[in-house]
Amino acid sequence: MLTTEQEKSKKKKGTQSPNGSGWSRRSVLKAGAAAGALTLITSKKSLALPTIPPQPTDCTPKPTNSPATRPFIQALPIPPIAIPTILNPAPTLSADTAGGEAARANHQDWTQFFPYVQYDVSLQPMMQQFHPDIPSTYCWGYNGIYPGPTFLNVYGVPIVVRFFNNLPVNNIGFGTNTHTTHLHNGHTASESDGFAGDFWSPGLFKDHHYPNVYAGFNAVPPIGDQLEAQHTYWYHDHRHDFTAANNYRGLNGMYLIYDDIDTGFEFNGQGSQALQLPGPYGLYDIPLNFTDKLFCADGQMYAASPDAVPAGDKFCVNGAIQPYFNVTTRKYRFRFLNSGPARIWTFNLSDNNGNPVPMTVVTTDGNLLPSPVEVISTASDPTLQGLTVYVSQRYDVIIDFTNATPGTSWYLTNVAAQFVSNAPEPDPAPGINMGNVVMAFNVTGTPPYPDQSQVKSVLTTLPNITTPLANLFATRMWNFNDDIVGLEGDPENGTGKVFNINGLTFDANRADAQIQQGSSETWLIRNRFPGTGWTHPVHIHLEEGRVLDRRNVNANPTTGALISINSEGVPPLEQGRRDVYPITPGDEVLIFLQFRDWFGKYMIHCHNLGHEDGLMLTRWDVTTGPSSTVTSPTYSDGTTNTGNGQANSGAQPNITPAITLLSQLPASDETAKVNRPGLKNSKKGVKA
Amino acid sequence: MNRRDLLTCHLAADKSRPAASLGPGYYSNGVFTTHHNKQVRFYDDLIKGKISIINFMYASCEKFCPRSIACLTKLQDLLGDHLGRDMFMYSFSLKPGEDTPAKLAAYAKSNGARPGWTFLTGSEYDLTTIRFKLFRLDDPLVDFSVAIHASMLRIINDNNSQWSSWVLPDPPRLIREAISWVEPTKPFKVRVQENAELQAQIDKESAITSPKWAQYKRAHGWPEIAEKRDNPEGRKKLQALLRVRA
Repeated sequence: MLTTEQEKSKKKKGTQSPNGSGWSRRSVLKAGAAAGALTLITSKKSLALPTIPPQPTDCTPKPTNSPATRPFIQALPIPPIAIPTILNPAPTLSADTAGGEAARANHQDWTQFFPYVQYDVSLQPMMQQFHPDIPSTYCWGYNGIYPGPTFLNVYGVPIVVRFFNNLPVNNIGFGTNTHTTHLHNGHTASESDGFAGDFWSPGLFKDHHYPNVYAGFNAVPPIGDQLEAQHTYWYHDHRHDFTAANNYRGLNGMYLIYDDIDTGFEFNGQGSQALQLPGPYGLYDIPLNFTDKLFCADGQMYAASPDAVPAGDKFCVNGAIQPYFNVTTRKYRFRFLNSGPARIWTFNLSDNNGNPVPMTVVTTDGNLLPSPVEVISTASDPTLQGLTVYVSQRYDVIIDFTNATPGTSWYLTNVAAQFVSNAPEPDPAPGINMGNVVMAFNVTGTPPYPDQSQVKSVLTTLPNITTPLANLFATRMWNFNDDIVGLEGDPENGTGKVFNINGLTFDANRADAQIQQGSSETWLIRNRFPGTGWTHPVHIHLEEGRVLDRRNVNANPTTGALISINSEGVPPLEQGRRDVYPITPGDEVLIFLQFRDWFGKYMIHCHNLGHEDGLMLTRWDVTTGPSSTVTSPTYSDGTTNTGNGQANSGAQPNITPAITLLSQLPASDETAKVNRPGLKNSKKGVKA
Repeated sequence: MNRRDLLTCHLAADKSRPAASLGPGYYSNGVFTTHHNKQVRFYDDLIKGKISIINFMYASCEKFCPRSIACLTKLQDLLGDHLGRDMFMYSFSLKPGEDTPAKLAAYAKSNGARPGWTFLTGSEYDLTTIRFKLFRLDDPLVDFSVAIHASMLRIINDNNSQWSSWVLPDPPRLIREAISWVEPTKPFKVRVQENAELQAQIDKESAITSPKWAQYKRAHGWPEIAEKRDNPEGRKKLQALLRVRA
């Protein structure tokens, strides 16, 4: 089925893009004033664009099982490295709308961090074979590959990425062809943050400026405080209401930043403070992008149910179903990423006899831990059930195969309750269910060169937050509610919104908090009654936070009245810096955040992609101040929140005032507060 | 006859429905009664070839539904002459036992429903079927709850099978925007024009914010702010203020 526009484009040969998006790179060049020698080079490139595959007919009804696939017969794909280019038209401070750029505010600190390193990325339909046993299937990918290309960066080298939307204008059903990319959790200015409401249509591009600086560069010139370094990022579609579908279709990839501590190489050539973690990328530093997908009988990825993204029964790593990865007897760095849409993975590693093997976690959400944390599952200790990775979380894990027997395999399994469908027998090793195996590591032999990598006992020092904590502005409260129980019991109560934050849902033009640049706050994120029992992996854009306390809130399930709050302390994997904070039902987490360097709109949201599309997002702004003291109950067009009919009286049971007291924190002894996991003050001043 | 027809046993393929439609095999085709006491089929008469805006309500719902319905009443104005032409609003009863067509007709009248906004009731079975088809979250607590569906709004364009959703009662402006997402992608010229308009709006806002930001950065580098906040007197005052507020 051709749209009229496509028909037209057929007639006007050469000036229209092959997929009908309306504006090819070539016409962009024509429109841009800078048409020179480079035009020829780039327009040749545009002719070399791969053929855009047509969208297949969806299979109905929804399959209950994916077709059978044999495990471990295909090698783990490693996403290729993104290659820089020279953009034409050249990237500009203000949006080059005449040249085809989507509307945006001016880049902040553009001249200070001018991006000489430039990338051109096209979002387009593509075919991907997830397994040799099933045919290729229709997907969307950055540069036509899934996962997208991996960006390798160095701190202090700013880059700009041009995201050209080449998605089909005549998309049918699943997903949407409007798009925005978020670099998770890039320390980027607001206009390059991929704000969920700032999406652009096919035929347009947008330049995202990634300065690759540490947080706090205004205080610590020129590129910020190195203790704020974050190394493992991922980029993904963030178009609200369609994030789950667009990500399921394949719009995500990895983005790594190295510096002189985490160099990406295991040699200590500079005689410096390098950690010598296993590397380089692609050889001993391997991204593992975990997702689950459902396939139709004919091998097409099931993407028919227009709004709901299916829970998949095929475990995919880097776009391959149950792959194998050949290793030698040495250490490897694996960058675990749960790219969603909703599954919570709990990973175990077993050797060929089915015995658990430890995994050493060195970073949490890309931030180095003060010391490595060893994770091993033991059936006898229920608190240690392997490495749990919530949607969007990252863990850099060192696996040491030094003592593995060549010729055998180790298995990475997911111990959560769901299984791979059509799992063939027999199981690979005693005690390992084939239906649980995500991937296998085949030990091929000894490494060609000695393993020079190290896992040092001290990886980093955490930034001192004593001073900012002492100068805290306030504690802001975010209630991640799912008001269903209240409705079930009494349909007349509750906000009635399935997923909400403080009783409100997303409005791109409404900021629920204004925060003065340079200030610091503690945020109390709660998942309280009434609720259905969903866990919300809460993600906060801009800066990473520090978990000060986790608390279990014991409340009356019917009335929501508070019975007690028990501090659980800070678990080992949350003692470093994080950007995703999973909140289990009835729990709350107190985190410390700073708001430095940039102005503009950012978000706090649930990163379960389904919940996110259920509008569980809230915008907050970094402003010149003063910081707001209440969460806005008013929508951007002046409509008041009529969530439960009491918004104007300010007495809503489920909406706690945005700012509670500093007295919730210990009044003195700030140092102890940071060093001592588990604040002892939780009974003080907390209201139900 | 295509593959889908075979799978859904819809052998007499209806050539009048859009090629991209999921068809009655997906949507189901149960019979419902409108507030005009007319019998209609769910897919054939309500969904086929249209943009449908669907929610659930019941006439005796006193607190929650009136807010949702008031929001939809305002939405009618934003739809303009699309309503009844290519866009149709459907409010299905959650309590078919008590919502008779006459009762719904009175309800429609009292809420100022214009032609193009239809209130419907039907059998419990058909209503549950469409509730599952349109709003399924694969969570029994949600899917089997009748009441939760009072807040959900489903938007479907049968011509391209694009779906979107929103929650009630949110500002009608947001819902209108969500409806525009299922409409066919506009011609390139229009997209460029809209992009230019958006840029003009951003520029207008930037003209206010950007100089402020620049001034702020010049005046209050981050270290200076920290210094100001270090003032113990100021901090005490702030704490006291917040304590009074709470």
